[in-house]
Amino acid sequence: MTVQSGARLSGLDPAAARAVLDAPAIERALTRIAHEILERTDGAGGAVLLGIPTRGVFLARRLGALITRFEGREIPVGSLDITMYRDDLRLKPARALAKTEIPRDGIDGSLVILVDDVLFSGRTVRAALDALNDLGRPRAIQLAVLVDRGHRELPIRADYVGKNLPTSLREAVEVHLHEIDSREAVLLGVKGEA
Amino acid sequence: MTAPAKRVSHLLSTQDLSAEEAILVLDTAEELARLSDRPIKKLPTLRGRTVVNLFFEDSTRTRISFETAAKRLSADVINFSAKGSSVSKGESLKDTALTLEAMGADAVVVRHWASGGAHRLAHAGWIRGAVINAGDGTHEHPTQALLDAYTLRRRLGSLTGRRVAIVGDVLHSRVARSNVHLLATLGAQVTLVGPPTLLPLGVESWPCESSYELDPVLPKCDAVMMLRVQRERMNEAFFPTEREYSRRYGLQAGRMAALPEHAVVMHPGPMNRGLEISAEVADSVRSTITEQVANGVSVRMAVLYLLLGGSEPAFGKEEEAAGR
Repeated sequence: MTVQSGARLSGLDPAAARAVLDAPAIERALTRIAHEILERTDGAGGAVLLGIPTRGVFLARRLGALITRFEGREIPVGSLDITMYRDDLRLKPARALAKTEIPRDGIDGSLVILVDDVLFSGRTVRAALDALNDLGRPRAIQLAVLVDRGHRELPIRADYVGKNLPTSLREAVEVHLHEIDSREAVLLGVKGEA
Repeated sequence: MTAPAKRVSHLLSTQDLSAEEAILVLDTAEELARLSDRPIKKLPTLRGRTVVNLFFEDSTRTRISFETAAKRLSADVINFSAKGSSVSKGESLKDTALTLEAMGADAVVVRHWASGGAHRLAHAGWIRGAVINAGDGTHEHPTQALLDAYTLRRRLGSLTGRRVAIVGDVLHSRVARSNVHLLATLGAQVTLVGPPTLLPLGVESWPCESSYELDPVLPKCDAVMMLRVQRERMNEAFFPTEREYSRRYGLQAGRMAALPEHAVVMHPGPMNRGLEISAEVADSVRSTITEQVANGVSVRMAVLYLLLGGSEPAFGKEEEAAGR
């Protein structure tokens, strides 16, 4: 079996990795992003949060809950699996698919806010834009990420950023969230040998 | 410069699948099934890949199902049926295969009247692509078993510990063979039911039970799979009359009442209504027959994606492609 699961982390050595964001810092970053979304979108009317699996989905749910808390109304939250649209699909073994859940009212005419944990090359976002193209025609698409680590390979930028994190290509960034991992932190470290 | 040998794997028999691999196919199919609710029922995943449907035997639903699956993944599909092709002029399987190889087939979906036809095509070194068995003689039909398992899992939740009766012409049924092995791998208990003449020799060594009587089996079943009586493969008398067969092994409304409330009725199609299954049963809410057809597309998409989508296949015994 040679299936890669999106849930697996690349395997930073926990001893050598440095926590650049701890749990309260992640909470504060998300709270700020939620406020920014409300401010920039005039109360997030017609907005749909779509998380990119695996960890983007949990972040999208948290942002949705925060927006509900601040505004007192529900905002549709879903997930968008981009596996089938990846440009490196043929370079790696076939992967198991994650869930795509589009809110019942669809995305036509809405403001889609894509949510992911780390923005790096931009290729994931490009794949997400392609996937959205097959799902409908949003009024606009925005991007929210917890960490922007730079090294873009495509003309893509985020609208909402939790933390800008300058990194070298030898380094790896890992986001741990309590919904799926044993801890809650953003780690920066040197890539494992494996 | 020669490209590094690409690893291919084939889907020839459900016996080659581990429980983990089978569940991967079913889970992948589950995600791909959502595609049918979308306005654009297409994924770009297999763009530029060529899938050849090579059918030496008549088939409507399997060929259309594979064709739909491949097209939804954006593969190019070439349909090749023996009728009206050079096969009817006497071309051998080998020469046909070499022609397909020259055309650059990435996968060949093959149905052949000879048991082992798909295996021969996969291992003779004629082609480099993946071979998917779409039915070989009376041997195996793995994607049918996968779609049956998928349908059962959707209706019953899980297959572990479930009891499934496979009823009728087991002797000629590749569907039964593939199902027995896959269901056993997935933890279900299978009972084969049929007249002694239609249960194959050596059935004792299969991972299942067998019975000559249908009625005692029904009350314990979570699912009954009715097999088509394959008249075209029967050149001798396997049972006295069709009426007697239907009376002893056919599923009618009266028999269906003996099933537990939650049990489902399956049939791989095409049906002989009135022989192995009555019209009333076939059209009842317990029948999964049209569901099976719809599920077939999702399962075949999953198989094509997992075999062709990545740099190497996600299941099956991996081997070096025949590098000629």
